Amino acid sequence: MIGFATRRLIQALIVMLVVALLAFTMFRFVGDPINQMVGIETSIEEREALRERLGLNDPIPVQFLRFVSKAAQFDFGTSYQFRQPVSELFAKRIPATLELSFTSALFALAVGIPMGIYAGLNRESIISKMFLSVSLVGISLPTFFIGILLIFLFSVTLQWLPSFGRGETVQVGSWWTTGFLTVSGLKALILPSVTLGLYQMTLIMRLIRAEMLEVIRTDYIKFARARGLPNRLVNFRHALKNTLVPVITITGLQLGAIIAFATITETVFNWPGMGLLFLQAVQNVDIPIMSAYLLLTAFLFVAINFIVDILYFYIDPRLRVGRP
Amino acid sequence: MNVLDIKHLTVEFPARKSVFVAVNNVNMQVEAGKILGVVGESGAGKSTVGNAVIGLLQEPGHIAAGEVFLHGNRIDNLPYKEKRLLRGRKIGMIFQDPLTSLDPLQTVESQLVETIRTHLPLSSKDAQRRAVELIDAVGIPNAGERIKQYPHQFSGGMRQRVVIALALCAEPELVIADEPTTALDVSIQAQILELMKKLCEERNVAMLVITHDMGVIADITDHVAVMYQGDLVEYGETTQVLGAPEHPYTQSLISAVPRPDVKVERFPVVNYIEKAGTPQKQIDISTHWLGKSRDYEQVTGPLVQIRDLDMRFEVRGSIFPSQRKYFQAVKKVGFDIEQGETFGLVGESGSGKSTIARLITGLYHPTGGSILFGKTELTSLTNRKDVLAMRRQMQMIFQDPYSSLNARMRVRDIIGEPIKFHKLASSNSEVRQIVDDLLDHVGLGAQAGTKFPHEFSGGQRQRISIARALATRPRFLICDEPTSALDVSIQAQILNLLKDLQEELGLTMLFISHDLAVIRQMCNRIGVMRNGELCEVSDCDQLFENPQHPYTRELLDLMPSMELLSRANLETA
Repeated sequence: MIGFATRRLIQALIVMLVVALLAFTMFRFVGDPINQMVGIETSIEEREALRERLGLNDPIPVQFLRFVSKAAQFDFGTSYQFRQPVSELFAKRIPATLELSFTSALFALAVGIPMGIYAGLNRESIISKMFLSVSLVGISLPTFFIGILLIFLFSVTLQWLPSFGRGETVQVGSWWTTGFLTVSGLKALILPSVTLGLYQMTLIMRLIRAEMLEVIRTDYIKFARARGLPNRLVNFRHALKNTLVPVITITGLQLGAIIAFATITETVFNWPGMGLLFLQAVQNVDIPIMSAYLLLTAFLFVAINFIVDILYFYIDPRLRVGRP
Repeated sequence: MNVLDIKHLTVEFPARKSVFVAVNNVNMQVEAGKILGVVGESGAGKSTVGNAVIGLLQEPGHIAAGEVFLHGNRIDNLPYKEKRLLRGRKIGMIFQDPLTSLDPLQTVESQLVETIRTHLPLSSKDAQRRAVELIDAVGIPNAGERIKQYPHQFSGGMRQRVVIALALCAEPELVIADEPTTALDVSIQAQILELMKKLCEERNVAMLVITHDMGVIADITDHVAVMYQGDLVEYGETTQVLGAPEHPYTQSLISAVPRPDVKVERFPVVNYIEKAGTPQKQIDISTHWLGKSRDYEQVTGPLVQIRDLDMRFEVRGSIFPSQRKYFQAVKKVGFDIEQGETFGLVGESGSGKSTIARLITGLYHPTGGSILFGKTELTSLTNRKDVLAMRRQMQMIFQDPYSSLNARMRVRDIIGEPIKFHKLASSNSEVRQIVDDLLDHVGLGAQAGTKFPHEFSGGQRQRISIARALATRPRFLICDEPTSALDVSIQAQILNLLKDLQEELGLTMLFISHDLAVIRQMCNRIGVMRNGELCEVSDCDQLFENPQHPYTRELLDLMPSMELLSRANLETA
């Protein structure tokens, strides 16, 4: 188990280094960083001095090492457009994105799993068939369209829920702001998290359903029924637990995707999160933000995958033996 | 009084246009402490009887007529909840494959305890104590410790013991065992059968054993019911039915069972069972392409000589050689296969017999030793052209006829592929002609070529495999458990076909099987393998009449006795 975890950690580290190389390349070679930083009236001498001061004349490997060690301390340089350290900008935006992502992941799991179990167990029922066809809509409509649809229905027509922003937020700790503690904050969360989680919900539901159908055909489920175990035990203790390994894999990847690619939803709902910041960075060629964003998403994916791998060990005892 | 009483049971499976009658008007009884065997081939409806009794018929199957009584109380029409409480409490069930019938994610203890507590009003402490007692009773040593383990930490035989313990959790009056030993080795099979018989007598349980294996029936049952296509064709005391079968189906079934005590020239194939696969159009081998121009170098002496063959697999890899772990699958094995003979390799699972087949064909590369085929050393062949030339001379027939044929290819293309690959024919029309002849010769008929593999039964697929193997005009054929997935009557046909082909084409064969009885019927000489080592090589008759190695004697002792079986229809050699 420890050997396995160490091996995975080393792999994760290599992935992070490769991503860092990409981010560095982008920072260093896509356009001249000095040209982006200074105005037109800066003289050539001043530019050269700045270049020297920023260490841009050092050998490339030295620059890369400096980039990595700074990144490891959350120092991603200064944003070109805002003239602020990127890490400060991120710190302001991250709570919004994380809250949105976790709420929508929670929504996807809390709705998707029961629906999947039901559809897997009652394959022929009308409700299952309805779940399937409705979920097909969820999977085939683009996110922005669903967002606009929801806004039109619940904000414009019914006027129940706000159409943009986070509502009132409360400061928790030194830099975290949360929308969970105010009514308007919670109301503002509903539409964007449903929009963002709908696709994942569909995916999880269909996955659980397929896995359940697979598992209830196995001999050990038949044997459990032949021993007279009540349906509750057969379906949840035996069947559901055996469907979890693939479900956790996909859920982990999807959670990463939710956090990293909330961009469209954030734009539609004008959500003050990372996605919006990233879009502005792209429009203004703000390379430090882009390369930091790249590093951050890679880190999220690697971390989630690592957790998923460790979770396997808790779920499946067959993985625990035979490993050093 | 009878524990189980089945009266006029009919089970139907409605299909889109017709109704399939899986069990038709069947009557059976089992007394306490007695074992009733239900025997038949696949599709006979024997498992359906068991599922109908316990109330686990696969949808849309249902009991269309008849009654099932347990201790005189009718149980087939009970509401769902009461039926569920019968399962496990009054009726226990044992399944075929111990590797898949336990939940891999739960400890043995938690599966036992949940079952006990479902049926008996015990505290979890008492239930745990009872679980340990049960595990001890089914003969698992160290019950207190082993019970905390997960199913994958038990061997196949031990898992079947756990399954039996689970079936006995709440002291049921009736136990239904559906093919309880089919997935096990002979030595384990003998132990499990003994355990079942013992438990049946000690606990006065009535047992319904469903099996296709006449040996199991002969070994443990008191009464036997023979089923054929949903009908009960014969029913009576085991000694009576097996010794003097009355119904023609029972007679043909019994005579098709290969037995270790008698060697027969050909298996009697009784047309009652399935349209016997006689060749539709015999081809004259002496003039046909198949028999002609086999331009192989002449060999004097043995065709295959194996010396000191070693094969080990890396179980755990590591960059440090000292940390690596190996599994020695084949250890210093050496034997010869004479031209034109059938050499048998017999052993239990994991004994390394299939590994040897793969080493000879070059699917694995040995870690040591030599394989001499004719005058060529196979282990040192590197040139692709030489390798191909060797592969053309040896072909293999695999165990599972369902996975060894490409489902997306037509039969004609499957058989024609090796001919085209080795460029053995000059034109496509010649290939076509050869394939048609081969299909005729293995008893399928040329029109089978346009179909896909899924349109054939297991036995017919194995015929396709044989035709494919013959398509390169090999002189050495390796059969790896060619009939172990087939019913006995089909097995008899396939074995006859192999015997005929060997005679006509002068093939040399390596025949691998776990079934000593089949080995006896097919082979001239036999090697017995255990844990990768060759224990004994001797002539067929000598091995059975005068075994030298203790392990061989053990294997022979463990075989279910077939002495009960009628000897009518057998032409002894």
